[in-house]
Amino acid sequence: MGIFNDITAIQNIIYIVASILFISGIKMLGKEDTAVKGNFLSALAMFIAVSVTVVDVVNPVVLISGIALGAIIGSTIALKVKMTSIPEMVALFNGFGGLATFLIAWSEFNSIPDNLFQHILVMTTLYIGGVTFTGSLVAYAKLAEKIKIAKTSIITKFFTTIFYISLAFLLYSVFVTPAIVPTFDFFTILLVLTLLGGIGFVLPIGGGDMPVVISLLNSFSGIAAAFAGLLLLNNVLIVAGSLVGASGLILTVIMAKAMNRSISNILFVGYASSSSKSSSSEDQGEVSPISVSDAYLILESASSVLIIPGYGMAVAQAQHVVRELGELLEENGTEVKYGIHPVAGRMPGHMNVLLAEANVPYDVLAEPDDINPIMDSVDVAVVIGANDVVNPSATEEPGSPIYGMPIIEVHNAKTVFVLKRSMSAGFAGVQNPLFFKQNTRMLFGDAKESIGGLVSEFKD
Amino acid sequence: MEIYMLLGFVLILSIYLGLELISKVPSTLHTPLMSGANAISGIALVGALVLSTDTNLQGAIAFLAVLFASINVFGGYLVTNRMLKMFKKK
Repeated sequence: MGIFNDITAIQNIIYIVASILFISGIKMLGKEDTAVKGNFLSALAMFIAVSVTVVDVVNPVVLISGIALGAIIGSTIALKVKMTSIPEMVALFNGFGGLATFLIAWSEFNSIPDNLFQHILVMTTLYIGGVTFTGSLVAYAKLAEKIKIAKTSIITKFFTTIFYISLAFLLYSVFVTPAIVPTFDFFTILLVLTLLGGIGFVLPIGGGDMPVVISLLNSFSGIAAAFAGLLLLNNVLIVAGSLVGASGLILTVIMAKAMNRSISNILFVGYASSSSKSSSSEDQGEVSPISVSDAYLILESASSVLIIPGYGMAVAQAQHVVRELGELLEENGTEVKYGIHPVAGRMPGHMNVLLAEANVPYDVLAEPDDINPIMDSVDVAVVIGANDVVNPSATEEPGSPIYGMPIIEVHNAKTVFVLKRSMSAGFAGVQNPLFFKQNTRMLFGDAKESIGGLVSEFKD
Repeated sequence: MEIYMLLGFVLILSIYLGLELISKVPSTLHTPLMSGANAISGIALVGALVLSTDTNLQGAIAFLAVLFASINVFGGYLVTNRMLKMFKKK
């Protein structure tokens, strides 16, 4: 019975059970049919792991009240938040996870690390956790449109500089301080620089690149938890943290591929400096506007319609009228599909969540690879507030900054409607030749109003 | 040192396992997967619970770590669940 008298041994065995549940949970989360169950399994794993830890905490009153308070705050936010605010909510929760690991590392530093390896782990965990925390807060503020600071502004440059200084200071703290003990309080400086550095990490990154940053921060929070697990010699932290790190990494790579850019280009360069005067300034011709009633006539006689939503649909909150239009078209005998580009919107899968909220079934949503080969059989492609993801320069113009990016090739459809407020360029700052094509009609105005107009034409 | 080698091994295997498990996720599930994974990163709660509370500063750090990790856990799982419930097949 020897080992079973030891509470740590029992905890470790139960941690293994929890780890297995986490692994099954995240696996099931990746498939449509089992996703709800997967999330439940992973929550069960969390419950088991936390319960078995709580039984022998040193200061139960304080810590359990912390859990209770966190449960109240977290649940309230989660149940009250509007579905359209999901991107910023995920960013905020992610930041809190990062903050927790940052605090764990801080506490371990105060308990004085026993050896060099622990010292290195403390510094690295602290840094990743801290950058995840403040970086996610900036991402939250950007997504919620609470801050608007230009990439070129002096504030952005200041924080970017701090980010590089903080990286250098991390290296100093990891490698130099164990050998040459500094006479000043280097740790406090590291704490402050880390938090400011996280701001500088995310601040210069533009809205259209947000899907990549969010995925990367997600990955960081997992890696920070896994490192904290190494520090505390806790196997469930390592397993669960690594799974999160891996899933965030996969999403980051998928997003970067969907933009045909490297991760470092997105993080450290951005579109602004990469775009030379490459986009052809030759006369592109005139755009042909169309009125709502003419658009209705064309849609009414179409036998297949493809709807391509973008960030503009989210801004205009047009997803419900879009669904209504889709249903009316189907009643009229038209085949309706939705073409979803992986980076449309501000987070991975943003359009899918919005359309799901509006009750659009997920099996009518098609990815570019599925829809492009049959594009010439589409009668009308309706582009709602999307721009760069349907820009034919990506396939036709080798000099363009977005050349090579996989797009939804709507220009091959028989007719294209582009719903747009004005003629401004997309996030990448590249002019879109699609607007000037023979088969393109521009429907100017607010997306929600235009679609609403089409809906009432159908009802009459 | 031996324990770190062993746990480092666990770390590498888990990352590899994660990459294998989630490599072919449909784009419909990108947001829920991220949000669900985000909730899992709240596992830091387990780490926060074992921190020392010897001094006032240490107690405050431990309390805050528990608080924020637990917001992450509860908020993350509930938001993911709400989101997944919206996804319907035709």
